Amino acid sequence: MNHLDIDKIRAQFPVLDQQVYGKPLVYFDNAATTQKPLCVIERERDYYLHENCNIHRGVHYLSQMATEAYENARKTVAQFINARQPQEIVFTRGTTESLNLLATSLGQLLVGEGDKVVVSAMEHHSNMVPWQQFLDRINRTELDRINKINRINNLLVIRMDKNGVLDLNHYEELLKQRPKIVSIAHISNTLGTVNPIKEMIAMAHKYGIPVVVDGAQSMAHQVIDVQDLDCDFYVFSGHKMYAPMGIGGLYGKMEWLEKMPPYQFGGEMVDTVSFEKTTFNKVPFKFEAGTPNVGAALGLETAVKFIQSFDRQEVEAYEDELLRYATEQLSGIEGMRFIGQAPKRNGLVSFVIDGIHPYDLGTIIDKMGVAVRTGHHCAEPVMTFFGIPGTVRASFAMYNTKEEIDIFVKAVDKAANMLR
Amino acid sequence: MTIKEIQDSIVEEFSMFDDWMDRYAMLIEMGKECPIIDPQYRNDNYLINGCQSRVWLHAEKRDGKIYFTADSDAVITKGIINLLIKVFSGQTPADILAADMSFLDEIGLKEHLSPTRSNGLLSMVKQMMLYAEVMNG
Ligand SMILES: Cc1ncc(COP(=O)(O)O)c(C=O)c1O
Repeated sequence: MNHLDIDKIRAQFPVLDQQVYGKPLVYFDNAATTQKPLCVIERERDYYLHENCNIHRGVHYLSQMATEAYENARKTVAQFINARQPQEIVFTRGTTESLNLLATSLGQLLVGEGDKVVVSAMEHHSNMVPWQQFLDRINRTELDRINKINRINNLLVIRMDKNGVLDLNHYEELLKQRPKIVSIAHISNTLGTVNPIKEMIAMAHKYGIPVVVDGAQSMAHQVIDVQDLDCDFYVFSGHKMYAPMGIGGLYGKMEWLEKMPPYQFGGEMVDTVSFEKTTFNKVPFKFEAGTPNVGAALGLETAVKFIQSFDRQEVEAYEDELLRYATEQLSGIEGMRFIGQAPKRNGLVSFVIDGIHPYDLGTIIDKMGVAVRTGHHCAEPVMTFFGIPGTVRASFAMYNTKEEIDIFVKAVDKAANMLR
Repeated sequence: MTIKEIQDSIVEEFSMFDDWMDRYAMLIEMGKECPIIDPQYRNDNYLINGCQSRVWLHAEKRDGKIYFTADSDAVITKGIINLLIKVFSGQTPADILAADMSFLDEIGLKEHLSPTRSNGLLSMVKQMMLYAEVMNG
């Protein structure tokens, strides 16, 4: 196990070592996407240099090797989140595709006209719009279509309080309405709230309702054990956990995956095909239509091994300390208002400063080399709830340092003074 | 002054600063001095579409010349629109339509010119040109 040596870690992320506008880059936009370590970049490059081949269909050597590598990647990811078997991992393009798959396929399996789905008030658009549009599709009548009436009131939304904590009493009330599916974020990408998903899953299961967890923001930061959580589905994006873009996953309990209809159709996902009838391949292949992103899947496997090469507790403690330090340092700035003050937060700090538009602040500190995200972070309902146009969000990864936080806080202070 | 003369004086003003901070400080000042849109026009009909900060722009024609007012919830954006207002307000539609906008390259605000940048300078210029086109003749 590597001891956490941040200089050594940073050396593996060449992109961090650069100047923007003549200033050293401070990269605090990790919730949007993390940087990639050399081992991941090299793994994907190696694949294209020596191993590239289409998988699952070839009898020849390269194809067999590539197939084996791809299936090994599935095994590694399955072990990483403690799935019962590799077949419970479906490779997708990422969280968004996983959630669209579920809204379509699990939706088709479980949700009929008039049925309800529960999400929370802090969801990323990716974990809200697919459900909303699915419900609209199945509930709108021909007459509604003509009159342009939406039927999305079957989407039930768990309330939150002003600190960004979900109201579990309200959740219980919603569960009593017997929704067919619950879909919630593990960690909010705007507020940093760590939701008590284990408890929320158990609550839903009392009513026999399956739970989907959006793990986009948690995989890089927390140890995930899907058996311990007992979630029915867990979805994530590789690019937010040091892996390449274009790969991600969906964990699903086998009993669900077997029952669910396919999402997309084409090659790879079929068993036998004639013009009269098609039978489908086994799980997980049934859900992986077409040629997958093999190179990125191997990169994901390497990213998992990279994460596993550290003491996870140590990384978590270090990242928590970064968050605590950033929050403490920022709180000295006049007019600072943190958006999201849940007692359990992870990975990011979101804020506004009185009288200053987040866009202005982001623009100025960008000039000082600091990369943060400003805006609604794909969660417009959250901004509406807090009555703000957006926030400034600084999000951290294991390669960030307190020195960077000092630069960031100074930049924010300077920008605020310019803008006031 | 003609559009070209105003542009030249803006370029000269900006070129006095070699530091980006001073240039931004000036933009912020310009934002604070922006001729503010009448509240009745501060609505969606006058909104220039963008997602990060909102900009409202109004134009009216008096004696053959166009006069612009604007507002934004972000002060840098307001500075940028005011910069354009300084160039275009009080000019004829024909002169506005014929204007050469290359002066923008010379004032060190290049990063605002990218078409992918929300509320970029370009969509503001486009909207002003659109007003000029409609009010031409
Ligand atoms: C909580 C959450 N859900 C979903 C997504 C969407 O992820 P992707 O764009 O990788 O599909 C994100 C990414 O910003 C996120 O933070």
